[in-house]
Amino acid sequence: MTGMEAYRILLFGPAREAVGAGATTVELAHPATAGAAIAALAASHPALAPLLPHSRVAVNHSYVDAVARLEPGDEIAIIPPVGGG
Amino acid sequence: MRTHYEITESPLSLDALVERVTDPSSGAVATFTGTTRNSFMSKAVQYLEYEAYAPLAEQVLGEIGTEIAARWPSVAAVAIAHRVGRVEIGEASVIVVVSAPHRREALAACAYGIDRLKAVLPVWKKEVLADGKVWRENAPVDRTGEVERGGEPP
Repeated sequence: MTGMEAYRILLFGPAREAVGAGATTVELAHPATAGAAIAALAASHPALAPLLPHSRVAVNHSYVDAVARLEPGDEIAIIPPVGGG
Repeated sequence: MRTHYEITESPLSLDALVERVTDPSSGAVATFTGTTRNSFMSKAVQYLEYEAYAPLAEQVLGEIGTEIAARWPSVAAVAIAHRVGRVEIGEASVIVVVSAPHRREALAACAYGIDRLKAVLPVWKKEVLADGKVWRENAPVDRTGEVERGGEPP
């Protein structure tokens, strides 16, 4: 039993541009957290590394902190530093 | 408190949003319009492109409205609209409109609305310059809101 599951992560703004896609997938061990997703993204997409320390994570349309649990099928998004208004 | 939130590619109409908040109980309607500037730190900006994570943006606007209602219970209505896609110089990218019985609450709630929006709304702005494009983050003070609220944590 590997305990690894695939999690789809939506990318926006500069993160989307850095990866060249609106979404990507990471493999995380169960139980997965938002912090683990960030670390996995930094490892698999070095182009994201500068943005990630300043980015937030949203799960199912709510901001979460690093210890928030993730379930496969959750809508997970990386929220780079915002520029609205 | 009535609310109306929009994330739209269409040009924003201040008149339409003011009409939405107009209320017989309100003696004051406060508005804020954010317009695109033609320069940032002396580099000429040709136009802007805005991108939003719409489902989260709608949630966040709803939360901002809830915060306004809690802090200024007399506020009758709030309308907030943010443009996405290409926005030309001089056009409105965001509008915040608040109605209340008196001007103090309307003005304060309107200022709070745009401050919070700039800190937390999942919208990203790309400036298109003559020699390239750059994603422009809001200033750290905008993200914490500390200056606007005199040091109070968000």
